[in-house]
Amino acid sequence: MPVAGHQPPPFFKRGPAPLARLAFFVILSLALLVLDLKYRYLELARQAVVVAIYPLQRAAYAPVDLYEQLGGYFTSLAVLQRENVHLKRKELESANWLMRQQHLELENQRLRELLDMKVRQPVSGTLAEILYAARDPFSRRIIVDKGSQDGIAPGQAVVDEVGVLGQVTRVFPLQSEVTLVTDKNQAVPVKIVRNGLRTVLFGASGGQLELRFLAANADVQTGDLLVTSGLDGVYLPGLPVAKVARVDRDAAYSFARILCEPVGGVEKHGQVLILGGRDSAPLPRLEETEPRDKPSKGRRIRKKE
Amino acid sequence: MAIQPTHSSRRILLPVKQWFILLSLAAAFFLNIIPLGDAIGVPDWVALALAFWSVREPQRLGMGTAFVAGLLMDVAGGSVMGQHPLAYILLAFAAGGLSRRILWFPLAQQALHILPLLLATQGVMVVTRLIGGADFPGWGYFLGSLTGTLLWFPLTFVLLLPQYQPIDKDENRPI
Repeated sequence: MPVAGHQPPPFFKRGPAPLARLAFFVILSLALLVLDLKYRYLELARQAVVVAIYPLQRAAYAPVDLYEQLGGYFTSLAVLQRENVHLKRKELESANWLMRQQHLELENQRLRELLDMKVRQPVSGTLAEILYAARDPFSRRIIVDKGSQDGIAPGQAVVDEVGVLGQVTRVFPLQSEVTLVTDKNQAVPVKIVRNGLRTVLFGASGGQLELRFLAANADVQTGDLLVTSGLDGVYLPGLPVAKVARVDRDAAYSFARILCEPVGGVEKHGQVLILGGRDSAPLPRLEETEPRDKPSKGRRIRKKE
Repeated sequence: MAIQPTHSSRRILLPVKQWFILLSLAAAFFLNIIPLGDAIGVPDWVALALAFWSVREPQRLGMGTAFVAGLLMDVAGGSVMGQHPLAYILLAFAAGGLSRRILWFPLAQQALHILPLLLATQGVMVVTRLIGGADFPGWGYFLGSLTGTLLWFPLTFVLLLPQYQPIDKDENRPI
């Protein structure tokens, strides 16, 4: 039988020491961090939790929605009329182009058939609404209201009426996460319209974009328009992405520092179009000596066959 | 006499109810996931609530709660899994360890104790993400801790309100 003083009475029991608990939980979260950052094993768990907290998230959106509706209600009539006139004029201007576009597209198709080239893929798209920007201040992502229920798949390109916004990176059942082109880890293969120079555009801080690794004497000028080159097999070729805003050529560095401004309303709310997946031509088989059924590890986005 | 949930009142508080702690954490989570765009100086409500209850009731709110709250924040905010849990666990540990000291001080000095805790929480997140290869979000990110510190006064008032209820209910008393 325990003597008093040898063993604490049960009401002093507090479980493991705080330091032991701290160590346990810190190791647990570090393991989570590594699993998510390096191996991306936790997407399934993330999906489950997102579905569970989805109603709460929609409810949290309500105050913002109310604020926007109130703002819209008090928008003065004059502003709306001005906008209406502007839109009508714009529509008239673009109608001319649209009518000719139909004609040109038919003509183009016929010419391509004559030349025996592959017909350009028709673009299909899903209209989605931006719900909100993700709270994470370390990355540039937005949440849109269409998910795997609407046939959205990771890797699809997202555009608005003037240019590319980004790419779908995570798909949940009822919503999906779009990484904007201004995110630091997002790269878009582009070419310069003026001279066809192909390069890759990266996100930079402050909502800007940067052309990296272009030689200091590369032919880039302020105001150049950059469009997707389509080499990646994800973006359709020819979509406007950014405009060159500043070119710094410093003789001390071998690369020029080229900053660009996105063309699309990347940091604004509104409607976006999620372009359908692009069927790219199958890649040529590299080496027949490799065992065929082994999946290649290096490729990030698996292309549809 | 009106209720005076200040440090100067020496009255003995009622014991806190566990459901109220969880409710306040849920409310903080809700406040956190309201999409405010890239507004600067928005406090991390969950961190604030965790710090408050860790200081007040270190026996009732452990690092396990902090871990779960952090995981929910990670998923809701679209950040890397493990970023918020790591920061919140350290916050709960530090606040729990300091609780016996902090409660001796008046509110203003309590808030001064909380400021470095909140800053360190954000610092842990920044360091984690920078190691993971993310972009530095700018110094405005840390303004959230300052607003959080200022919120310590109303928070203490609101969250201690249920514990100021009289034990024997008086029909004529409004609260």
